[in-house]
Amino acid sequence: MSSQPSSAGSPPAAASTGSADTGASLAANIAAEVTAFAGEVGISDPVTVVGAQTHWDVGGVPLAGTREVRSPAGVWEHEPSEMTVRCGAGTTVAQLAAHLAQTGQMVPLDPADDAATVGGVLACGFSGHRRLRYGHVRDLVLQTRHVDATGKVVTAGGPTVKNVSGYDLARLLVGSLGTLGLLAEVILRTLPVPPAAQWLEGDGDPFVALDLLYRPSSILWNGSHAWILLEGDAADVAAETAKVEPLGFCVTNGGPPIPAAGRESMRPSDLRALAGRPGGWIAEVGIGLVHRHEPVPAAPVAPANAVLMDQLKQRLDPDNRLNPGRRAW
Amino acid sequence: MISEDDAADAALLADLRGVLGDRARDNDFERGLYSRDGSIEGSPPAIVCLPESAAEVARIVRVCRRHSRPFLARGSGTGLAGGAVPVGRPVVIATAKMDRIIEVDIDNRVAWVEPGVLNLDLSRALTPQGFHFAPDPSSQQVCSIGGNIANNSGGPHCLAYGVTTAHIAALEVVLPSGDTAILGGVEAEPAGFDLRGLFVGSEGTMGIATKAAVRLTPNAPAVRTLLLDFDDVSEGSAAVSAIIAAGLVPSALEMMDKRAIEIVEAFAHAGYPTGAAAVLLVELDGLPGGVDAGVEIVREVALKHHVGHVRVAADDEERALLWKGRKNAFGAVARIKPDYYLHDTVVPRSKLTEVLEKVYRIADAYGLIAVNVFHAGDGNLHPILAFDRREPGVDERVKAAGRDIVAASIEAGGVLSGEHGIGLEKRDYMGMLFSAHDMYTQDVVRETFDPDGLANPLKIIPTGSRCSDSFHQHVPEGAWV
Repeated sequence: MSSQPSSAGSPPAAASTGSADTGASLAANIAAEVTAFAGEVGISDPVTVVGAQTHWDVGGVPLAGTREVRSPAGVWEHEPSEMTVRCGAGTTVAQLAAHLAQTGQMVPLDPADDAATVGGVLACGFSGHRRLRYGHVRDLVLQTRHVDATGKVVTAGGPTVKNVSGYDLARLLVGSLGTLGLLAEVILRTLPVPPAAQWLEGDGDPFVALDLLYRPSSILWNGSHAWILLEGDAADVAAETAKVEPLGFCVTNGGPPIPAAGRESMRPSDLRALAGRPGGWIAEVGIGLVHRHEPVPAAPVAPANAVLMDQLKQRLDPDNRLNPGRRAW
Repeated sequence: MISEDDAADAALLADLRGVLGDRARDNDFERGLYSRDGSIEGSPPAIVCLPESAAEVARIVRVCRRHSRPFLARGSGTGLAGGAVPVGRPVVIATAKMDRIIEVDIDNRVAWVEPGVLNLDLSRALTPQGFHFAPDPSSQQVCSIGGNIANNSGGPHCLAYGVTTAHIAALEVVLPSGDTAILGGVEAEPAGFDLRGLFVGSEGTMGIATKAAVRLTPNAPAVRTLLLDFDDVSEGSAAVSAIIAAGLVPSALEMMDKRAIEIVEAFAHAGYPTGAAAVLLVELDGLPGGVDAGVEIVREVALKHHVGHVRVAADDEERALLWKGRKNAFGAVARIKPDYYLHDTVVPRSKLTEVLEKVYRIADAYGLIAVNVFHAGDGNLHPILAFDRREPGVDERVKAAGRDIVAASIEAGGVLSGEHGIGLEKRDYMGMLFSAHDMYTQDVVRETFDPDGLANPLKIIPTGSRCSDSFHQHVPEGAWV
């Protein structure tokens, strides 16, 4: 990957790995892009934000006639020693990953298809297969800028790796399917790419492996066969591999293909009961997520929670103009 | 003669006694105890309640609603931003008697706990199973999980593990309506908006957590702690950035300046080099290979930045001694001045040197003494302004210096608070970081939970009404940050 600005069709943005030369003009350019996006969203009519449409039907498709807008794209600022990256929400995960890889960093968003946009991944709130080690995608988000139903830009969170200033609206937006606001820009926390990574597979008991291993990156299981991803220092990966080899796991080249049509959510401890269930599913052991080849209806929400969610939607988007037809629950 | 206020308080007390019996208190002594937190002096609450169950909390909240009386939850009262300071003669709901660890569920890697459980007690209880609760505020011996949730607390080890919100799977809360709800869940992807994420850090303005499923973090098989000393603060700061840029995420990366080193050494006798301009306390944990490789990387980086000595703690005893110095640093400040005002801001790591210099200049300009002990790894500054409140006019100088420090941090691309929260202390500074529309939006979200404004009112979001208190603080020896 060259060091060219990874900007997709958006004129002025410049990627600035390690350079602080044009700070003021960069900030002005970013602000201009976000403002332009707010202008597109406007103040009336139903509107939906389009990413890569890799999960377009999650929560329902937008009503016919809904105007489409696209978030700004481009990796805008990346300072490796700050471990933060600022990008347009329309940036693809592939673009972001390629940019960060130049300095040995990553953001473990890990969507099934890396054509997905950063904003799309966050709007869905779908963590990737390495959540076991790196946590939920929402915990990678430091700051969001979104356009609200009144066409105004709202900033939530802050640009630093640690921050408790004000209400955590950024977490509210993650998983809200663009029904409370449309993401324009995000600042994410980056991590160093681990020096070594190794997949294992076999017919051993993945639950025993989970207990034996120290912070494995992923344990995937189809009911009879399991795959384990270990990451870290090469010597540690080798030592951890040796721990689970006696269970029936051996080194392999990669993990299984993960079905992307449906996500079934349960408690991690409920997974054991799935042994023998047909259907070609892949479960994340330790997390409780089952990836399936068929759509899974959303789980019901308790009445008290539904009231709060309805009221949040009502207060933040009284005319139901943001992604009408979609529901986050 | 009985005033209207007194009559209202008496009626309220009678109803709360109906719920709690003698665990609803209105004696002056206890009201006095609850009139403040670790920061500022407020006014006493009307009544102090000591519930023993979630059901009692719900009934207290309903009584408060009936009387249109504000209420606020209180854990251990170690907060440093005034979040638990009574405003408007409220009912204080102290969670100290709700201190049970209900269930440790290893299969799901969570523990269900009540809000009054103390942070360190929880981690100690989990030790036999090989787990701990990752957020570790310096006050962890006495601060409660409920307080951690309210403030989205951090701590030295949050550099690698994240702050409280990343470690809360689910919450049982009593909403300001008096209804009970479960926010989040132990399942992989609870449906709907992340109300749990919204609630964590909301400082009691969206209700009261009565139970939490906290995530269990496995104890690291290997831990190494290093002490590095530098002749120059800027070399120490540069080493912080260089360690991170080298691809390491230490589990903790703390810095102390010259004055802090001297104070701490006199107190803890940990062998801190008292001649140095700055020390870094670096902790690496994980599997042994990565930890050993990390120690070498830290050593190389430190040498490039002209480190004086690299001391690697030989055993757990030496590690504990090094941490004793750090975790008790603030109590030791009384050695130079009787009072201090403590700050909490975050700046980009690359701006540490620049902002530290500004902190010293600001303190000098106002005739105060600045001492710095802080979480350098995540840019989280904790400047202390030491002073003697008996000096005439000192309150105004301390307050002005505080505001200047916050402004300098924001100007450098930072934020208002890294881990202490906004509370009352920084409420009126929110406009430095957020636009009026940003704050309006936050308030709309808050109001969804509490349309009547009874849950810990007047915190976080600035209002037209300003508290006339000057925010000088008298932090007693033994306060933690």
